[in-house]
Amino acid sequence: MTTTNTSSASVPSGPASSAPGDSSPATPRKRTRRLKPGRILAWVVMVVILLITLLPFYWILRTALSTNPSLLSNPASLTPPEFTTGAFQRVLGMQSTEDALAEGGSGSALNFWRYLLNSVMVATLVTVCQVLFSAMAAYAFSRLRWRGRDKVFALFLAGLMVPTVFTLLPNFVLIQQLGLIDTVLGIALPTMFMTPFAVFFLRQFFLGIPMEIEEAARLDGSSRIGTFFRVILPMAGAPIATLSILTYMTAWNDYFWPLMVSYTDSSRVLTVALGVFRAQSPQSGTDWAGLMAASLIAALPMFLLFLAFARRIVNSIGFSGIK
Amino acid sequence: MTVLTQQPDRPPSGRPSSPDGKRRRRPDDTRTALFFIAPAALGLAVFLAWPLIRGIWLSFTNYNLLTDPEFIGLANYRRLIADPIFWDSMLTTVWYVVLNIGIQTAAALTIALLMYRLTQSTLLRGLVLTPYLVSNVVAGLVWVWILDTQFGVGNQILGWLGIDPIGFFTDSAWAIPTIALVNVWRHMGYTALLIFAGLQTLPASVYEAARLDGSGEIRTFFSVTMPLLRPIMALVLIMTVIGSFQVFDTVAVTTNGGPANATNVLQLYIYDLAFDRFQFGYASAMSVGLLIVLGIITVIQYRMTRADSSDLA
Repeated sequence: MTTTNTSSASVPSGPASSAPGDSSPATPRKRTRRLKPGRILAWVVMVVILLITLLPFYWILRTALSTNPSLLSNPASLTPPEFTTGAFQRVLGMQSTEDALAEGGSGSALNFWRYLLNSVMVATLVTVCQVLFSAMAAYAFSRLRWRGRDKVFALFLAGLMVPTVFTLLPNFVLIQQLGLIDTVLGIALPTMFMTPFAVFFLRQFFLGIPMEIEEAARLDGSSRIGTFFRVILPMAGAPIATLSILTYMTAWNDYFWPLMVSYTDSSRVLTVALGVFRAQSPQSGTDWAGLMAASLIAALPMFLLFLAFARRIVNSIGFSGIK
Repeated sequence: MTVLTQQPDRPPSGRPSSPDGKRRRRPDDTRTALFFIAPAALGLAVFLAWPLIRGIWLSFTNYNLLTDPEFIGLANYRRLIADPIFWDSMLTTVWYVVLNIGIQTAAALTIALLMYRLTQSTLLRGLVLTPYLVSNVVAGLVWVWILDTQFGVGNQILGWLGIDPIGFFTDSAWAIPTIALVNVWRHMGYTALLIFAGLQTLPASVYEAARLDGSGEIRTFFSVTMPLLRPIMALVLIMTVIGSFQVFDTVAVTTNGGPANATNVLQLYIYDLAFDRFQFGYASAMSVGLLIVLGIITVIQYRMTRADSSDLA
């Protein structure tokens, strides 16, 4: 929730960020010649940490590819004790009720595609609008001259101090008064216009774009608005992409706010659906294979995003402005 | 944060007005600015500033979602101070934060230092970050399954070691530590990358000097790295502690407050009051209480770690 908000992202200024990588090879080569025991120990610790980090993901996959009865009789088997893709079919609504019951699933259908669609709609709506509106505001704060600019910007910065959870209850009351409870729009609305972090983040980049480029466009007769869309936005493509990915991930993984606002399948998103699925299954007969398959599919879009933009996401984490 | 200092704007008088009939640049862009700022300002006013004021106002009322709020003065706050469940919940939350932040910071610092000394590999950094990609809900569910008392692989392994099964989520003594560890698992890689980014800003010359002086690895860590890293660690701590106090998702999915209120963290109690008992006014008062606690903690942490002063300056 708030963690992505507070992570300030680093300016991907080429030379500065690649410098430590370039200078390091000289020293380690000398060290690797005689492998110190300390270095071996360090690698062992690192591998253990990686195993703790990654093995749960293997366990999700291994569980999702099994039948429920076999899971209970072979709880420690490293491979799926009875291999089947039934759990995935069940989650996606492509399994017959008899098969589902035989594999230990519940007979009732999970409206998975609907939840997936809702999640996609919420995350897309939030990302597109929030990034566009925040970029517009960031432009006004960095490039335009107007009275009260610094005071208004200070207000936006003050917004960074308000913990998200505090606004949830009053925002619920507001969404209820607007008649948007249990709608996709109601889930998206509070974060659709801006977050202080997004405005702050983009302003930093806009400040770095040379004035001359914009002035040239202006002399060619381009309006302010035209300049913003045709010159500034394309030049800030990299930070805007980074921000969009982070925003999409935050919106996709959010649970607390959608839990408050959505009550039925018409607006239920994947995170809430998973929680409900777990809460409604009986203590003894939880469909673990189905639950893990659903979890995996729910997490899959984030993994794909990450695979495509790993370097960008990894490098975006850091403190740029802090000395 | 200190990032805002540079102001590249030139004074408007810098450009001479061109006499050859070209459009003169107006020194003031107020109307254009209004267009650009309008949507974000609307969002700030309606979904951040207004809720903040309204939340504080509701805390002085008996609002229940159905009838109009009625001003009742400090009654909610008096009730709050006398509410044993609130204090119990506060204690549970603090216990969670201590465990979560303590272990997470130690783990993240270890990972960051290992990466810093061993490799700059982006692949490794990406792998470390993977748990952060999944939602709290998925993270919670996976660990509920792995640590299931009867069928979880975690207890199978403990069984081979001759340890009796532990009800990680069902034993009231274990539930909070377990949830704290689940969230450590999800967040330690992210926190490690934050610290790693901080490590990269430290000047290499200091290390060179330490090495020439014959300082060993451990000595260098305590007398060079840690002092220099202090402002960054302070910021990381402020961020993670504030996030940690707001824990909800993982608890809601795994134990939902149980067993017997053992994991009834503040946010869960607030949610329960507001949405199960419709005591919106009282829930708002509790939110204000949490807001004040977070404010105080931030100030204390900031003072204690002197986040604003760097030894490199």
